[in-house]
Amino acid sequence: MITLNQAKKGITYLINSIGDSSIQSKLMEMGIIEGKEIEITNVAPFGDPIIVRISGYKLILRRKEAQTIKITSI
Amino acid sequence: MSTTKPIKAVLVGNPNTGKTSLFNQLTGLNQKVGNYPGITIDKKIGFFKTKSEQEVKLIDLPGTYSLYPRSKDEEVVINILSNPLNVDYPDVVLVISDAINIRRNLLVFSQIKDLGIPTILIINMIDAFDKERADIDLKKLEENIGVKVVGTDARKGIGIADLRELIEPTTDGYEFQKSDYVSNQLEDGERHQLYTKAIGIKNTYLAWHWYVQKHLRNQLSDDKKTKLEDVEKHYPTEINQTICEEIAARYKAIDTVIDNCTVSAKKTESERSVKLDKIVLHNVFGYVSIAVVLLLVFQAIFSWSVGPMDWVDLQLSTLGSWIGKSYPDNFVTSLLSQGIIPGIAGVVIFIPQIALLFFFIALLEESGYMARVVFLMDKLLRPFGLNGKSVVPLISGFACAIPAIMSTRSIGNWKERLTTILVIPLMTCSARIPVYTILIALIVPRGFLFGIFSYQALSLMLMYLIGTVTSLIAAFWVKKMLPSSHESYLLMELPDYRMPRWQNVGLTIWEKTKAFIMGAGKIILAISVLLWLLSAFGPTDEYYHAETIVTAKYEGQNITENELNKRINSYRLEKSFIGAIGKTIEPAIKPLGYDWKVGIALITSFAAREVFVGTMATIYSLDDDGDQVETIKQKMNNDIDPATGKSRFNVASSISLLLFYAFAMQCLSTLAIVQRETKSWKWPLIQLVSMTGFAYLISYIAYQLLK
Repeated sequence: MITLNQAKKGITYLINSIGDSSIQSKLMEMGIIEGKEIEITNVAPFGDPIIVRISGYKLILRRKEAQTIKITSI
Repeated sequence: MSTTKPIKAVLVGNPNTGKTSLFNQLTGLNQKVGNYPGITIDKKIGFFKTKSEQEVKLIDLPGTYSLYPRSKDEEVVINILSNPLNVDYPDVVLVISDAINIRRNLLVFSQIKDLGIPTILIINMIDAFDKERADIDLKKLEENIGVKVVGTDARKGIGIADLRELIEPTTDGYEFQKSDYVSNQLEDGERHQLYTKAIGIKNTYLAWHWYVQKHLRNQLSDDKKTKLEDVEKHYPTEINQTICEEIAARYKAIDTVIDNCTVSAKKTESERSVKLDKIVLHNVFGYVSIAVVLLLVFQAIFSWSVGPMDWVDLQLSTLGSWIGKSYPDNFVTSLLSQGIIPGIAGVVIFIPQIALLFFFIALLEESGYMARVVFLMDKLLRPFGLNGKSVVPLISGFACAIPAIMSTRSIGNWKERLTTILVIPLMTCSARIPVYTILIALIVPRGFLFGIFSYQALSLMLMYLIGTVTSLIAAFWVKKMLPSSHESYLLMELPDYRMPRWQNVGLTIWEKTKAFIMGAGKIILAISVLLWLLSAFGPTDEYYHAETIVTAKYEGQNITENELNKRINSYRLEKSFIGAIGKTIEPAIKPLGYDWKVGIALITSFAAREVFVGTMATIYSLDDDGDQVETIKQKMNNDIDPATGKSRFNVASSISLLLFYAFAMQCLSTLAIVQRETKSWKWPLIQLVSMTGFAYLISYIAYQLLK
């Protein structure tokens, strides 16, 4: 199991769990839920932040937040 | 329900769902902006009539993804929905969802429904393209979730009539059904029994919010607060976990409902957005396009607004001098022609810039481009405690701090917004240019570097650079000083590109302009009149006998009436209260290299920096119009200090003055707008003291080193 931070751009992964952090519930509210598919679609020019696709829409988040999201490859 | 009282309704939904469009469609121009007590968020209220002529008062609540707020804006939603005693507690909640991301939108809907307030769900097509992608059976959805569902196309006005019909006062028959999550999971356990009993609220999900959201508790009696704290002691750490469980359970239930109502699975990707993003988010072209857009915005507020501004200025000064000539020369006439009308001009003059900037900002927000700017700029601005959204306000600060500070509204994080507001006045605004131009002309020789770059232009560019660098350093410093309530994070939706809706753009411009006139405008007018009063009266008789004294002085000399009048005005200014203040502060500004004349100009230019030039013109008895730069420059150059026998404006004092204008908070309009935007005098006062204090220090060092 890896974190979203280590995911390769353009590859779809399965969300395994969202780690305990001050924004854990915020990530979940935005639809980052265990069992959903997630894919990094863009990485900002300086490596951070990233854009992910989840349930058909896109979210911008920082590497720091991505680190709390555990994923597995499909 | 009585028919005379309007139905109270609120509009809730995720950002980017077409919420504003729907609000505008329902209420048209029949809207106003109010305040929520104690916070800085605007309250948008609109009115409309249902088919049976029943009036509805609709409040557009800040966009939110959930009832658990993450900003002051979002707190408003739960504050209103949790308290039946709140004046804005609704009879009915309109929850809007866009047709594409229904699952995520239904999260906040299912939470609101559990609060037991009658709810209507609106499924909105934001754009024609949505029709191809939307795949939901609304009738089935209605059966599944147990509330009325209406489909709208807010852009075209489709479905608005149906919605009006549903808001008819038939809410009596509303049957509340709590969700499975509340009855199966939340209501289970001892803690739940305890806090529900402590607060004494029947609705168990509402009681839960009162329990976990501490900011709501101020509305409770001390007795209940103590009881709640007792419950808390027994269950210290599980709250976050319970919230996460709630969200997961709700998503699970939503997935079941939507899977039931889905007609066919269609491709949800917007090809257009993907293609555009290949360029817009590109490592190189991304920044090129930001630079082009910012240049366009800058150009608009910097030069396109000049025409309308000059026109406004001309009309009002013509009116002022007409009143001055047409009515008897007494206090009321002067107050009107020289105090109030120029004061009003000082407010109206900002309208073209504000309107133009908000035209562009509305376009950037509406089209979805702003989110891309945030994505590209976040890493670069993060070290300074600024947000990606700070870019547009900061660049706008090059033109004028007033609209720039107003445009920080779009920054959701309060600390990042406040930081941006605090440092914007350090950006080199256009009002500094006349001051810089004169002072640079005074000390920097004409001539060209490598035969191309004028030394004077390079100096002006250096001043811009100093302003920008200082504001970034200041942001860094503010970041360290301000207490942080929670960790900084970035989590936002990247919306698809959309065609801007012109009605929304127009209403944004209208709303911002009105807010400026009603808010900061009053303060600007009041202080302008005060400054005029200080120049219209003097502490001694010399002020009132200026004409006789000066005429006597030049008697016998060959001097035109025009020249004489200028000398009288100059003498009058010197002997007025402002002149007296200028002389009083002279000892304080002498270490900076200024005399009382500059002291007067410092005070008058507090109304607006460019007034410095006009005041210097009056002091040196020059025409207060036309191309005065060269003549003022000569006069200043010829102003010999008797003590040293050299020009008062030498390199040292000019550089000192340049730096003073770069850093000092020399703009009352800015202070007024900061007061309005932060709803407190604390921040403008901090700006005034720290910026002007810093300016004093730097100018002091510069003068003492260079003299």
